[in-house]
Amino acid sequence: MVSIQGKSLLGLQGVPKEEIELILRVAKKMKSVVNSGNKKLPLLHGKSVVNMFWEPSTRTRGSFEMAAKYLGADVINFTPRGSSIQKGESFRDTLLTVTAMGVDAIVMRQKQEGSPWFARTCVDPIIINAGDGAHEHPTQGLLDLFTIQEVKGHLDGLKVVIVGDIDHGRVARSNIYGLQAMGADVHLAGPRTLLQPELESMGVTVHYDLDEALEGADVVNVLRIQRERQGIGFFPSAGEYNSLFGISEKRLEQAQKDVLVLHPGPMNRGIEIEPDACYGGHSSIQEQVKNGVSVRMAVLYLTIIGGDDVDITR
Amino acid sequence: MLTLLVKGGRVINPAVQQDEICDILIENGKIKAVGANLAADGAEIYDASGLVVAPGFIDMHVHLRQPGQSEKETIASGTRAAAAGGITRIATMPNTKPVIDKAILVDGMKYKIEREGVVKVEIIGAISKKLEGQELSGMGGMAKAGAVAFSDDGRFVENSDFMRKAMEYASMFHKVIIDHCEEQNLVQGGQMHEGAVSNQLGLKGRPAVAEDIAVARDILLAEATGTPVHIAHISTKNAVDMVRCAKARGVQVTAEATPQHLILTDEALRTYDTRFKVNPPLRSDEHRAAVVEGLKDGTIDAIVTDHAPHEWEEKDQEFNLAPSGFVGLETSIGAVLTYLYHTDTVGLMTIVRAMSTAQAEILGLDAGIIAPGKDADLTVIDLDQEWSVDAAAFYSKGKASPFDEMIFKGKAAATIVNGNFVMKNGEVLR
Repeated sequence: MVSIQGKSLLGLQGVPKEEIELILRVAKKMKSVVNSGNKKLPLLHGKSVVNMFWEPSTRTRGSFEMAAKYLGADVINFTPRGSSIQKGESFRDTLLTVTAMGVDAIVMRQKQEGSPWFARTCVDPIIINAGDGAHEHPTQGLLDLFTIQEVKGHLDGLKVVIVGDIDHGRVARSNIYGLQAMGADVHLAGPRTLLQPELESMGVTVHYDLDEALEGADVVNVLRIQRERQGIGFFPSAGEYNSLFGISEKRLEQAQKDVLVLHPGPMNRGIEIEPDACYGGHSSIQEQVKNGVSVRMAVLYLTIIGGDDVDITR
Repeated sequence: MLTLLVKGGRVINPAVQQDEICDILIENGKIKAVGANLAADGAEIYDASGLVVAPGFIDMHVHLRQPGQSEKETIASGTRAAAAGGITRIATMPNTKPVIDKAILVDGMKYKIEREGVVKVEIIGAISKKLEGQELSGMGGMAKAGAVAFSDDGRFVENSDFMRKAMEYASMFHKVIIDHCEEQNLVQGGQMHEGAVSNQLGLKGRPAVAEDIAVARDILLAEATGTPVHIAHISTKNAVDMVRCAKARGVQVTAEATPQHLILTDEALRTYDTRFKVNPPLRSDEHRAAVVEGLKDGTIDAIVTDHAPHEWEEKDQEFNLAPSGFVGLETSIGAVLTYLYHTDTVGLMTIVRAMSTAQAEILGLDAGIIAPGKDADLTVIDLDQEWSVDAAAFYSKGKASPFDEMIFKGKAAATIVNGNFVMKNGEVLR
């Protein structure tokens, strides 16, 4: 029996296929709950989850909070503002304090890469990484996998192209690990300054020519380009980025006819993606957001309660 | 009259290519005689049979943190750590608070060292005032006060024109310039070696080319000015190659490497353990192997620790926030013997030369040799003693060590400074 009960979800690197399949299977059931009239499914009644977000986040934090609440858990949101962090308390001591309140899982987003690994050495509760700097964002990776599987019916053998700022992209890394575990063929495209060729050591194919990358693609995952990066050596302007790597319906003609377009949000329309591509028939961007809640419900349920399935009959 | 007879040890004395079992007679802190079957009435006898007796080990790259950061380390704690690790003499870096950049601060250090130092301490003065890389420090005064070298360690001397002048100026006092070679723009914000592992961990890299560029610049300046330069903690393949070529054409360049860069790689960073965070960073195995090769063929002259203690609270943080550096004085002999000697990678003569004789030569010290008339500074080593590293028990205030909990083979059995035992069987005696 596959189970991830009691396990932290720090990243998708090294997570075996069976565990990903389990999460996706349970997420599918959770989605039917989210789609029903009554979204409350009190499987985590009497459990508590704390959201510790050191970095601003709207959708991920909201998504985790919603997921925990739909499952009947008590949720507190912890933000550095107004907390003892501002009084100089160390990361370890903050974690110890929160743990002493009796939480079952800590969902954390941190600017510093590797913080969830450090957190796990400090305290006992389950740690769910909601994004650590430029490293990983495993639940985003899982929801992308879920969305692709939902549309395509499978993941193995698909050509998936991830476009954008790969070096600073936590979504990219989690996607790479998850997709590879599931047997997809992963391609990366972006400017040389934001995509190091060393990434090929991870078993992916690196492209600096978008058209070449898109040829025959089944899925295109478009990453957000941070405006701060322009003009400081990564690329000269948003306009030039758009002309080289912006995803439009026209560019997508290189790909499969039924190519699926994803974007983890928030989007810079007109820079990394054109309106015709993000609102067009190939896009599942809105569905991704909905799937995010379902996948996070699955992750919280499976890590806190466990088992190799879930009973959603009320 | 105090006399000590070190009997029956295997004397490794690189200055005269000596490797033989003999006795050493010490009188009033000086070596009186070296030879077979020495005897002296009333002398204290130290039975060194089965042990290696080497000229006192030197570590020319140590951060003692005093003045200004005595919560990290002090002259007292740092020199006790050195004694525990078999090191008889250290050179302390000037990046303290205040920076050691004028004679009166050297005088102050000497005053404190005389009272609290357990082993000998040499002082390295700053190259630039406040390490700002703008104005020359008071080199002449510091040299007169006893500073043995100049370095802005921790920072690369960015401005090439300033570096040239510093090298020229320091040469008047026959003092070497020691440079921390990492071109700043390339390593800005970098947390670890740039490569496959940093890409997977999402940590910003410090590329090897940053060191290569800096080392190339320094070698070319040394050549152009005809003055000496010493490359601190060399860690890249190209840098080693460039030092090798430069030496072959007669440039006055020397280089040191640390146990961490000779033994460990960036693979150790995979769990974001801040114990392995250091500058220059632990690099890939290709670079590590090149550094070992450089040590074997004499390109790299010295093995130093870059002992850089920090408080536990500082290292016990998220990776990006934790300071770089860790302690090394109490593990260098064990690490080097375990991973270089016992693996038949580097011979004992080379190791002793790199950890003693060569450093005395670079700094112009009358040390690193066992000969009558010299100070009786000796490091006694048990090559085969197995022990496990326990950082919590270090004499140093710094408890972060990349070698913590490792099993080592080989350990300093005694540290003798001016004929006195300052450490015996692991216990510091002062």
